[in-house]
Amino acid sequence: MTTDIIIAGVGGQGTVLAGRIISQVAQLAGLDVKVSEIHGMSQRGGSVVTQVRFGEKILSPLVYPGAVNYILAFELLEGLRVAPLLAADGAIIVNDQKLEPVTVLSGRMEYPADAKADIAAVRPQAVFADALALAKEAGTAKAVNLVLLGWLSKQLDFAEELWLDAIAACVKPKFIEINKKAFALGRAL
Amino acid sequence: MEKKLLTGNAAVARGFWEAGGQVVSSYPGTPSTEITECASEYPELYAEWAPNEKVAVEVAIGASISGVRALAAMKHVGVNVAADPLFTVSYTGVNGGLVFISADDPGMFSSQNEQDNRHYARAIKIPAVEPSDSAECLAFTKAALAISEQFDTPVMLRLTTRVAHGQTMVELGERVEAETKPYVKNPQKYVMAPANAKPKHKVVEARMRALEEFAETTELNRVEMADTKMGVICSGAVYNYVKEILPTASVLKLGMPYPLPKQKITDFAAAVDELYVIEELDPFYETIIKSWGIECHGKDIFALEDEILPETIAECLRPGECPFATQTAGIAGRPPVLCPGCPHRATFRVLSRLKVTVLGDIGCYTLAFAPPLAAMDTTVCMGASIGMAHGMEKALGREQSQKTVAVLGESTFIHSGISSLVNAVYNGSAITVMILDNSITAMTGHQPNAGSGKDIHQQPAPELDFAELAKACGVKHVWKVDPFDQDKLTAVVKEALEIPEVCVIVAERPCVLLPGAAQNREMTVVAENCIGCKACLRIGCPALAVRDGLVEINDTQCNGCGLCADVCPRGALRKGDAK
Repeated sequence: MTTDIIIAGVGGQGTVLAGRIISQVAQLAGLDVKVSEIHGMSQRGGSVVTQVRFGEKILSPLVYPGAVNYILAFELLEGLRVAPLLAADGAIIVNDQKLEPVTVLSGRMEYPADAKADIAAVRPQAVFADALALAKEAGTAKAVNLVLLGWLSKQLDFAEELWLDAIAACVKPKFIEINKKAFALGRAL
Repeated sequence: MEKKLLTGNAAVARGFWEAGGQVVSSYPGTPSTEITECASEYPELYAEWAPNEKVAVEVAIGASISGVRALAAMKHVGVNVAADPLFTVSYTGVNGGLVFISADDPGMFSSQNEQDNRHYARAIKIPAVEPSDSAECLAFTKAALAISEQFDTPVMLRLTTRVAHGQTMVELGERVEAETKPYVKNPQKYVMAPANAKPKHKVVEARMRALEEFAETTELNRVEMADTKMGVICSGAVYNYVKEILPTASVLKLGMPYPLPKQKITDFAAAVDELYVIEELDPFYETIIKSWGIECHGKDIFALEDEILPETIAECLRPGECPFATQTAGIAGRPPVLCPGCPHRATFRVLSRLKVTVLGDIGCYTLAFAPPLAAMDTTVCMGASIGMAHGMEKALGREQSQKTVAVLGESTFIHSGISSLVNAVYNGSAITVMILDNSITAMTGHQPNAGSGKDIHQQPAPELDFAELAKACGVKHVWKVDPFDQDKLTAVVKEALEIPEVCVIVAERPCVLLPGAAQNREMTVVAENCIGCKACLRIGCPALAVRDGLVEINDTQCNGCGLCADVCPRGALRKGDAK
């Protein structure tokens, strides 16, 4: 049994840390883990996608399109871009935030008029949340990743303790409490 | 033993360390950069950033001949730069193990071409190894060093982006010190004058025959027999996808892409009904295998371009079975852009307004080719801008060079722009060169260079003065300008273009992502002055938007550089002092 997760967002939104925490949880649970992440040009405000797969034995580090179990989308347009990768019975949460890419800002392309509706048309089960507001409530706008992970933790079978241990292992000590708070707010979604 | 999730790059560095390696010299290049960064974290290793890949390989050769294990890491196009020493060190052979990394980039995530460097192994006449995951990155680095010493040859370790940046579990081992072999003066081995090189060529050919035999028995090449209806020959990242998508197929995994084990492949082909060679980019294996009279499928099914993904294998071998259809066509793209506050934006805004031809180069600033700046005409390879500007001047004369600027970053100038500048002066050119000095090799993730004043460990290092260097090359007209001083930069570029000699403008301003570099000016929108003309959007700053006819500044993105205030014709954007 393999679990496939996609984390999609914009460079600088904290997707890399989210991937690191998930893979840490899976490792703590004694599972095999593979992560695929392309960096380089993807920094500097471009689209970023992290793929995490875990299970007893993982072969390919890359997910199979249309067979992904969970998607964490940090931004609406990026959510729309990756939604088709989700399995029909998969679960997806989309941070209800709009970050216009330069192609839109410069007037060459249009941001979808109703990205939420477009995502729902692709995957009706999509969940939307104002993760940015919850992150700010926890103490920093940068904790959107932990809010979304909180939601993910409710979908997966790992004990909450594993998640808290993984957060402690991956986050700088002075940010652990804020991140745990954001995580708890995400779990309550 | 401890297990850890590592990138392929980190695992290569770990493998080199465990194998008792000593010296690492590299020039940064995606996807290989982290190998050297990780190596620099092991106190037992000497690691450095060299000015280019040729120098890096020469440093590694010197270390190897001295009797220690040495490594140079580079991206695929870096091997082109280092090809000169590599072709001849194949003849001299090594003393301590010598491995160079060729990190290829199928799919071109961050590259200017998609060359398949397995051809180099064949052309240089050296063995290549290719791992499939991080555990193999560690193990194969060790194996490559052992092969290097056993067969007296440099070894190519080929990675692709997916393996270099992918993370898989690795079992960590301890470092085993490698004995420093004595250096012995031996001109027959190390002086490749024709009298020595002729017999050496025979040695190289004999070595390749010995390596062909080694390829038959090494555990790097592995047969995994299953159902014999379909047999697949593959390597690297593709092996993982084959195992997942074609679980019943028999597989011959080539951990050693060159030289190929002819008998092993012949036996495997005979044992399966249909043979498929699944390889990214060129039909490297396929061509060799077919030359032996063995029938196989390969590029009749799989494309020559782009990387192979799990779904590529499914779609190509089981058409119609893959349920996935990309529904993302027409969705606004999100390409990488120059950061808010980037000094390059200020430079290219001036060049864009002056409507000059810009012969560009490789670095973050290449992003200025994209609209709305659209301020770059060419990008070929590291350092090409100056030579091309000179060539254009010789072809079209002064009329063209009066409206042409060669633009390159300081790291690229150090890499391979200096000799072109010497050439332009020597051959009486009248070109204008702009060196964008942002104090760091930024594109690959902030590696210090000879112009940074810091070494790989962030310790103080001598700092190259580009203006003085240009003068020493014979350039008589040299300026240093802060690109955010738009009026001055405009005046200097205009002045330089009028001078019928080589001119060098050093645009100095540290990368905005360096600590303390952001200007953080107080930016305000004067709403009553804004007419919604969108002139400010022409600088392509992601922190600016015009909504309902009014400009907006995104405070979380804005670094307060104030360039938009210089651009606005109506005074609707105001820059204040640093916050």
